[in-house]
Amino acid sequence: MNFSYHIEGGNFSRAGIASSEVKKILKQLNVNPTAIKRVVVALYEAEVNVVAHAYEGDVHVDISPEGVTVVVDDRGPGIPDIPLAMQEGYSTASPEVREMGFGAGMGLPNMQKNCDELSIESEVGKGTRVTMKTRFNA
Amino acid sequence: MTLQEIVTLLDAEVVLGQEQLDKTIRHAFAADLMSDVLRLDTSEMLLITGLANVQVIRTAEMSDICYILFVRGKQVSPEMKALAESCGITLLQCKQSMFKACGMLYDAGLLPIY
Repeated sequence: MNFSYHIEGGNFSRAGIASSEVKKILKQLNVNPTAIKRVVVALYEAEVNVVAHAYEGDVHVDISPEGVTVVVDDRGPGIPDIPLAMQEGYSTASPEVREMGFGAGMGLPNMQKNCDELSIESEVGKGTRVTMKTRFNA
Repeated sequence: MTLQEIVTLLDAEVVLGQEQLDKTIRHAFAADLMSDVLRLDTSEMLLITGLANVQVIRTAEMSDICYILFVRGKQVSPEMKALAESCGITLLQCKQSMFKACGMLYDAGLLPIY
């Protein structure tokens, strides 16, 4: 099953809508709650990242009996140094993002924690693609 | 302790979830940083926060947290309330500072997550 959602950069009131929809779908499919939480927390962190840093993005979710693959593709500034961005505590978030309760440099590490495979491809000035695979029986 | 006991102890206002007041709460976690909440592996807790925006409700939704206490007299917006209602999240509000609310609840027997 495939689903797609659009994310608007800068619009914090809508951040989390895709994650919320995916959560409802996974619940309907009777996926175990621990796996659902891992998938949606990782996706929510990714959504917040797009809202916080990019101009816009798209979420593509592929659900199979074995697990979920989430691809988050954004048009934005890109990440110049991915290993640095992966470091806990490193953040380039604006004061506005911090006021929302994010921007402490924990998003990418938390996405890694909550999926079984994480890959990040980025081109400075163009955008970032994050792919997260989570297995239901992991 | 029950939610009702928490409400009585803190003289808190029940913004949403009046019908949940008989529920028993054993653990609590206090944070203004939602990233810290999203890192927790457990869900059964009262989330205590001084941050009042719609992302607090979203964070609770993704983390399967059913009870939130807003401290420092922070007001729940209609948008937050509507989202919490659709997710079945109970919202409480109290006037105490984070430190005082946490101290009172700890003293009354609520346990930390870690």
